[in-house]
Amino acid sequence: MVATEETKQQVDEMAGEYKYGFSTDVEMEMAPKGLSEDIVRFISARKEEPEWMLDWRLKAYRAWRKMEEPDWAKLDYQKIDYDDIYYYAAPKNQDKPKSLDEIDPEILRMYEKLGIPLREQEVLAGVEGAARVAVDAVFDSVSVATTFREELLKAGVIFMSISEAVKEYPDLIKKYLGTVVPQRDNFFAALNCAVFSDGTFVYIPKGVKCPMELSTYFRINAENTGQFERTLIIADEGSYVSYLEGCTAPMRDENQLHAAVVELIILDDAEIKYSTVQNWYPGDKDGKGGIFNFVTKRAICKGKNAKVSWTQVETGSAITWKYPSCILEGDGSVGEFYSVAVTNNYQQADTGTKMIHIGKNTSSVIISKGISSGKSHNTYRGLVKVLSGADNVKNFTQCDSLLISSECGAHTVPYIEVKNPSAQIAHEATTSKISEAQLFYCQSRGLDEEEAIALIVNGFTKEVMKHLPMEFAVEAQKLLSISLEGSVG
Amino acid sequence: MLNIKDLHVQVDGTEILKGVNLHIKAGEVHAIMGLNGAGKSTLANAIAGRDAYDVTSGSITYLGKDLLELAPHERVGEGVFLGFQYPVEIPGVSNLNFLRTALNSIRRYNGGDDMSAAEFMKLVRAKAAELGMEADMLKRFVNVGFSGGEKKRNEMVQMAVLNPKLAILDETDSGLDIDALKTVSEGINAQRRDDTSIVLITHYQRLLNYVQPDVVHVMIDGRIVKSGGKELAAELEENGYADVA
Repeated sequence: MVATEETKQQVDEMAGEYKYGFSTDVEMEMAPKGLSEDIVRFISARKEEPEWMLDWRLKAYRAWRKMEEPDWAKLDYQKIDYDDIYYYAAPKNQDKPKSLDEIDPEILRMYEKLGIPLREQEVLAGVEGAARVAVDAVFDSVSVATTFREELLKAGVIFMSISEAVKEYPDLIKKYLGTVVPQRDNFFAALNCAVFSDGTFVYIPKGVKCPMELSTYFRINAENTGQFERTLIIADEGSYVSYLEGCTAPMRDENQLHAAVVELIILDDAEIKYSTVQNWYPGDKDGKGGIFNFVTKRAICKGKNAKVSWTQVETGSAITWKYPSCILEGDGSVGEFYSVAVTNNYQQADTGTKMIHIGKNTSSVIISKGISSGKSHNTYRGLVKVLSGADNVKNFTQCDSLLISSECGAHTVPYIEVKNPSAQIAHEATTSKISEAQLFYCQSRGLDEEEAIALIVNGFTKEVMKHLPMEFAVEAQKLLSISLEGSVG
Repeated sequence: MLNIKDLHVQVDGTEILKGVNLHIKAGEVHAIMGLNGAGKSTLANAIAGRDAYDVTSGSITYLGKDLLELAPHERVGEGVFLGFQYPVEIPGVSNLNFLRTALNSIRRYNGGDDMSAAEFMKLVRAKAAELGMEADMLKRFVNVGFSGGEKKRNEMVQMAVLNPKLAILDETDSGLDIDALKTVSEGINAQRRDDTSIVLITHYQRLLNYVQPDVVHVMIDGRIVKSGGKELAAELEENGYADVA
């Protein structure tokens, strides 16, 4: 109830324009435009990386050079000129802040403008007794603030930027980096491997339930700066962590490329819950500008009875290409994917998941809710694959599409490959236009048309939203309403 | 309260209402009776402001205001309530959430503040109990999986919570067994006050045994052809509509 209330207030405040369209004035240090071995070396040197890390990047770079940009998704966009992109930008203040006081006030002001929930703001401000949500704030490419690290360390949890982890925990990085998403996995992943600027590293040791939810805010700032974030989370045996990822981006005219890689490794009886609210700049009403979001997210349940749960709310970006996947290798492991994707105006989203059942008695659930409005296109693309050795697999898939305008498109492309006869696979799909009867019913109880759409859409997405942590659910509901503004009429 | 003059309404280019005149004072209950297709529901939808119902001429004045100038939700804000013949399902939205959103929208329209959660729960629980709705129903999604009777009862709970000045109830009695009919009638009677008006749209006289109307109108082919006291309803029940025309 409280969430709905707050949502409505926030919607009132945010009528019309994209609220996060601003940029902050922080001096940037950039590598020259374009990509070459020299740029890869430049990035690695900037980050003071060991030789093995540079070699790893160069291997990826050479592989990427030989790869073709994929074109199988239902996405239509102008070809990206990879030589016209900056691959590295960092806030000039390279000395790591010892406390929040040392953080560029411009950055703190930006968090304020972003409307980061009060709880997290208090945490960032170091208020005593503030909510225990740790925020690893990624400003452009370099992590500038990590809170609660010491407290987490007491529990044995490692939560830091990946560039620090490369130096401090080289053995863990060498052991796991690229094991779920290899360097040559796909065009965008290879690009990320070559030039990733920063990201997050999390390690939860055996038997530890992470004492707080871990949260990272991503943000693109510099003009023409590609974002190549890298996230690696390892849940050791019997551990648990809930990780929140959210992002907003300032308004820019030129398209910006975002190619992130997220790898999750889950060992015996461990669980990772990974929640995303993605609100990159979607472009304007005429389809000008907006983020190109090509993300590779994959989890491997290596151990028996391991569990991974992806929950995503995708409202932003001009182009979304994203398939958070689960490799269910350990017997009895569980993969879940809960997704809401909203497209408006000229946005295009091609998103879904892959559930690869390798172990016995593995199960998966896919709930996807696509909402299209304006002239947008929204595609669910998913694969459920059962290998021959995977006995007694269960999968349930439900894909629902809601159309708000008459010029938008919803597409569902489910692939099912089953090589074991004991598998039980269920797939349900619906597509419906938002009904005039529902709208009028709400209006005749006092809601205006936009409130009515917001209420109906919130109802439509409830099955997914209930999997989000509370503080995220509020933000996500707010984003749904904002994303659909102006979709009436 | 409500003054309708020479109202003509088209749906999909076909004229359904062909000059309706209706005058309702505060404190009155009017019943509008007629066969299917006579235009009763069209009248209800036109008063509520539904999109597909084009008012081509005539006027609807409500408490001195030109109702036709207002958007549907503004009419609700002014105190007009439409009880639906076929209440609509809204999956994923609980009855409580729906009612609270509605109530606060109306309060805000009138320059008021949102009702506190505690006050709201107290109000809704009381109204639901009066109308014999189980508390569990409030948590369920709006009308999803409700029986016909439960849906109509839900409409009455909504009316009681939103407390309109003018309630137009479109075939609220249809599909109800005798117990449900009695409960719904009690809900209507509870809403009957000196400062409210109620329009009952119905096929049958049955409901009028429990809710005594002040005026009964007979509608045939888009016009009100006869008006009278409650005895008119009994007459119709006995002789049918043929004699009236």
